[in-house]
Amino acid sequence: MSHKQAGGPAGESAADWCLYQLNGAAEFEVSEGIARAAAMQASPHCPANVPQPSSEEVTSGADIISTVEFNHTGELLATGDKGGRVVIFQREPESKNEPYNQGEYNVYSTFQSHEPEFDYLKSLEIEEKINKIKWLPQQNAAHSLLSTNDKTIKLWKITERDKRPEGYNLKDEEGKLKDLSTVTSLQVPVLKPMDLMVEVTPRRIFANGHTYHVNSISVNSDCETYMSADDLRINLWHLAITDRSFNIVDIKPANMEDLTEVITASEFHPHHCNLFVYSSSKGSLRLCDMRASALCDKHSKLYEEPEDPSNRSFFSEIISSVSDVKFSHSGRYMLTRDYLTVKVWDLNMETKPVETYQVHDYLRSKLCSLYENDCIFDKFECAWNGSDSVIMTGAYNNFFRMFDRNTKRDVTLEASRESSKPRAILKPRRVCVGGKRRKDDISVDSLDFTKKILHTAWHPTENIIAIAATNNLYIFQDKVNSEMH
Amino acid sequence: MGEEEGVHQTQLLDTMFVRGLKRKCFDGEEDVEGTLAGIKAIPSYNLQRQSLLDMSLVKLQLCHMLVEPNLCRSVLIANTVRQIQEEMTQDGTWQMISTQSTGQTSLDRLVSTDILCRSSREQAEGKHVPGYGTLSKDFEGDEGQDSSETMSTASSVQAPRNLQGNVWEMENPQENKGNFQKSLDQIFETLENKSPNSVEDLFSEVDNSYYDLDTMLTGMMSNTKMGHCDGLETFSSPTNTASNSNCKSDLNELDHIVEILVES
Repeated sequence: MSHKQAGGPAGESAADWCLYQLNGAAEFEVSEGIARAAAMQASPHCPANVPQPSSEEVTSGADIISTVEFNHTGELLATGDKGGRVVIFQREPESKNEPYNQGEYNVYSTFQSHEPEFDYLKSLEIEEKINKIKWLPQQNAAHSLLSTNDKTIKLWKITERDKRPEGYNLKDEEGKLKDLSTVTSLQVPVLKPMDLMVEVTPRRIFANGHTYHVNSISVNSDCETYMSADDLRINLWHLAITDRSFNIVDIKPANMEDLTEVITASEFHPHHCNLFVYSSSKGSLRLCDMRASALCDKHSKLYEEPEDPSNRSFFSEIISSVSDVKFSHSGRYMLTRDYLTVKVWDLNMETKPVETYQVHDYLRSKLCSLYENDCIFDKFECAWNGSDSVIMTGAYNNFFRMFDRNTKRDVTLEASRESSKPRAILKPRRVCVGGKRRKDDISVDSLDFTKKILHTAWHPTENIIAIAATNNLYIFQDKVNSEMH
Repeated sequence: MGEEEGVHQTQLLDTMFVRGLKRKCFDGEEDVEGTLAGIKAIPSYNLQRQSLLDMSLVKLQLCHMLVEPNLCRSVLIANTVRQIQEEMTQDGTWQMISTQSTGQTSLDRLVSTDILCRSSREQAEGKHVPGYGTLSKDFEGDEGQDSSETMSTASSVQAPRNLQGNVWEMENPQENKGNFQKSLDQIFETLENKSPNSVEDLFSEVDNSYYDLDTMLTGMMSNTKMGHCDGLETFSSPTNTASNSNCKSDLNELDHIVEILVES
């Protein structure tokens, strides 16, 4: 299995990304929901590179992908959508006969994780949208994942069944009881192969733990506990216990009128089961140690960068709000995303990030318009590659950006049907801010702010990325990676 | 209606808010209202700020029409409004017009989040007119922003009881209504009529104590159940409650709910 990393030894150009797969119906109108089912029902062996227009429209918006997550080996890829569904893709194993077809992600299972609910007490709807999915480390033949909407977290177990017993004595093939008079001899039931069946069952439902909207879940490295964070509180759960949880962070002020800061994201440290970090709407990160006290309101470390006075505006606080935080695989660094930048923080340095990358600084002059149309509140995610050498995040106009930490080079790519021919290398895109404009450049004013890439995921070890563009899932692979098999 | 103007304003605002207070010449600049000519390239900073303030208040208002407001967004908008208010206070442009409403006591503090975010579904239900159209009218007598309109007190920070930002309430937008306070007064009145003694608390809407064992046991939950949302709006905590105990303040909130329900 190839482990080529993007960037490679110094001097090499960055990886060449090409579209590997595209799942999702053709977008006639991005804003209208179009059946994703059409693509889902495609034969698993038909490469989904061919867009499949749907003939019918489903409830608008239900197919919008709201989260994407690889499992720990990268064999499985889960997506959640606004309609409460989870779709799991499985990577086809390598085959010597067709080296170029291996590695395709095909639909493995689809299930309805959450349903819309109505909170009668508050007279408010609880959306079924899946906010986050996190895989549990695999401990036996079954796979498990946690999925959450605004209020309830569920543990799902995914099992395969490819054999079934045949030859019962008392029951016939359909399961009906046999007439005992017809039984003349005894037989031992044998397991016979059958078509693979994937069964998904809800094993635990962690409900009533949150007053506010859950924005993050994170499985602890101890594989026994996990945490869930809402706007004001973080709870620690045991995976086997659903009727109680421990509150480990509570930033709700005694008087709600004094509320000025909320929790925006949180994550456990990948190796130290006692450490976790949470980010706030004011742009700060807090690293907490659960050994220090039961209630981790006092942080162990506070990571905050002083504001740049020359850039100060009324929107400074809003654009400093951290929308996502991710530990590096090594556990040494943290990656944060705020509205205009991604930053790499060293756990040992609280005063400022060690690296800052501009995602779309050309928007700085448009903040008021973006405030007006609410785009300034969009929450973009960020991701590390397997070796922590490249970071990735989404932007507008279906663009996504990658930054190589070693070479300091960055690239802007686009996830769209028009610009992605199967197996063709993606062409870097450029946004021009006025002044010299090259061919194929896009001007800032023609950016489509309704096409935003909020959710991205990077395969844990290989150069394979999953990009969610509204209701479409793009899987890009590094060309070299795919050819090395 | 005024949407074009509204859009144009934000474009102008964009240039204004890029970096602090730098003034830049705006390309192809047209007068916003026809009153700005030659002398100024763009509307004054105060107007810009005013417009942003109004826009923010409208947003806070609108956020209550949603299923359940996004708390992060509400907090960020509320903080922005506070920021503007602080600045306006320091500038001395924060003016309080003697109100025609009942002699309510002014709160000597900056507008708190609850006031800013007070939702009024009963109002929202009635009026869905976007406020931007009328905003533009505010710029009519713009420079009057700095010059004094009658001020009651300049020193103390007057916090209105309710900043609903109901600019759209002014069905007949008057000239020289650049002053934010005038719209506040109208809001005051409506609030006063609704709940005489309590300050609305946006966040209390979502903050309820029904997970709290005590409140559940007291059976107060049944009293708060209702099919419409109005009562929930008034789920509030009195501003002078210095209660440190969550349970206590929650019970107080419930008292108020019941009180209000009984009144209505």
